[in-house]
Amino acid sequence: MSDDLLRLSGAALAERLAAGDTSSVEATQAHLDRIAAVDGDVHAFLHVDAEGALAQAADVDRRRASGATLHRLAGVPIAVKDVVATAGLPTTAGSRLLAGWVPPYDATLITRLRAAGLPILGKTNMDEFAMGSSTEHSAFGPSHNPWDLDRTPGGSGGGSAAAVAAFEAPLAIGTDTGGSIRQPAAVTGTVGVKPTYGGVSRYGLIALASSLDQAGPVTRTVLDAAMLHELIGGHDPLDSTSIDAPVPALVDAVRDADVRGLRVGVVRELGGEGYQPGVRSRFDEAVGLLADAGAEVVEVSCPHFDYALAAYYLILPSEASSNLARFDAMRYGLRVVPETGAAGGVPSAEDVMLATRAAGFGAEAKRRIILGTYALSSGYYDAYYGSAQKVRTLISRDFEQAFTRVDVLVSPTAPTTAFRLGEKLDDPLAMYLNDVATIPANLAGVPGLSLPSGLAEEDGLPTALQVLAPATADDRLYRVGGALETMLLDRWAGPLLDRAPALTAQPQQVPA
Amino acid sequence: MSEPTAALTPADVAHLAGLARIDLTPAELDHLAPQLSVIVESVARVSEVADDEVPPTSHPLPVTNVFRDDVVRPGLSAEEALAAAPSVEQDRFSVPQILGEEA
Repeated sequence: MSDDLLRLSGAALAERLAAGDTSSVEATQAHLDRIAAVDGDVHAFLHVDAEGALAQAADVDRRRASGATLHRLAGVPIAVKDVVATAGLPTTAGSRLLAGWVPPYDATLITRLRAAGLPILGKTNMDEFAMGSSTEHSAFGPSHNPWDLDRTPGGSGGGSAAAVAAFEAPLAIGTDTGGSIRQPAAVTGTVGVKPTYGGVSRYGLIALASSLDQAGPVTRTVLDAAMLHELIGGHDPLDSTSIDAPVPALVDAVRDADVRGLRVGVVRELGGEGYQPGVRSRFDEAVGLLADAGAEVVEVSCPHFDYALAAYYLILPSEASSNLARFDAMRYGLRVVPETGAAGGVPSAEDVMLATRAAGFGAEAKRRIILGTYALSSGYYDAYYGSAQKVRTLISRDFEQAFTRVDVLVSPTAPTTAFRLGEKLDDPLAMYLNDVATIPANLAGVPGLSLPSGLAEEDGLPTALQVLAPATADDRLYRVGGALETMLLDRWAGPLLDRAPALTAQPQQVPA
Repeated sequence: MSEPTAALTPADVAHLAGLARIDLTPAELDHLAPQLSVIVESVARVSEVADDEVPPTSHPLPVTNVFRDDVVRPGLSAEEALAAAPSVEQDRFSVPQILGEEA
């Protein structure tokens, strides 16, 4: 019974809850038990809030019993990336600097989850301040890919993707600055969506790069992503960049799932060299299915996408070096006081800052902060940051041009399947290449969805396809995603995750 | 500091780390300098296509100033705001000395 509850999609679990076939307490407990059994191996969670989740679940069950009108996802438990502020729950962003920090307020998306009655199971692991593609830059140890525990679940939101892939949660929240929702989805055989920039409030997200950051759903099905996206999306007066317009009808788009006559552009620059053969063959097959279903498939060139990675690794570090300046050891977070100041004698505030940030930031955070400081320094500003901003314009123009010819663009989400832990840890450029296909969407603010496209023949690991749409046309992602998912499930005769190896339950193991 | 150069020395990195208020060890400087040089060399290619005709983009979607009505609304209490502070004194954040020691 409880294993059965674990493998349900969020939408299917919601139906059972509405029908009275199970309770939120029962479903939440089943997921907590699963976390206790497998998270010692997977390490998707940094913090589990059994008490809070069960209290929220009991409250939903009571309200349902009293006949109250509830949100359609009421009672469905959820995991939240640790970069999202949760009042009363530790929020570390994977950093030693914030170990044990408990925010005094909720992010807007958390306020919406709580109001809709989704029990929050806990906070998921991530690369420090969302800087990374593997979770190996978490100060609290990496997460492991449920498909192969020796491999990474991607990053930065590898914890949320692994939690969903390991059936520790039906739904999760991620954030995507350059691919941190979509790339982990790709390598764990799950679904992830980066909404249009401004589509989901950034209020209460610990900022990495404010012009790129966007929160979104992490799920096992396209329908679940649509339901969660509709719940957390929409205008928020607390975020000045929030789009003041209704969220498109995403759930309807999934259910409609009609791609006849839809113009689909395959991005020439996001494929070919550097993409693993199995990733390419599964991608080509999926595009073939779209054509079979009546979509018009053409090849489209976006020539400046070749410069996206370079522009991103100037813009992101620049914004990050500025955003992370707030961690100054004065108002919250870690404070390390050196024995003496630089000039001898009592340490000054500056001495304390230098020592705290040295002890608190990990290697990748230091790399990017220093890179950003360099790119913004006078004399280099125009050549680096200024040029990167121009490339950003050129990439947006490429998208605009492409969307005059096609309704959506498609590409592989990530160039390879999941890589091994340690493989790219001290090779920053190799690590950065994981996001080569996801970054253009962040630079231009357009939405992107990743869904599984199959398993690569050479290693048996998940591959994925990405759909990109014009800004605020997020519904197109779900139309294509819904249609393709239906065809692929039919082809596979069941969900891809059914082929993942079973994780060994360890009843004694308690998550760290 | 005029023309961009790809190679960053440990001394350059030490200077930048100082600006960023991060105290790096000599070992970290030696490790980071060549890594950052490789990254900088790689990202410098943005200048290949960034000519004078192209306007910069700082934000993906058009941004307008956002106002709200000038009315009082509840914020954090002093207790809530100070709850995570490393050090508190008289209902305020207590910080190390900011000025020199001559006082």
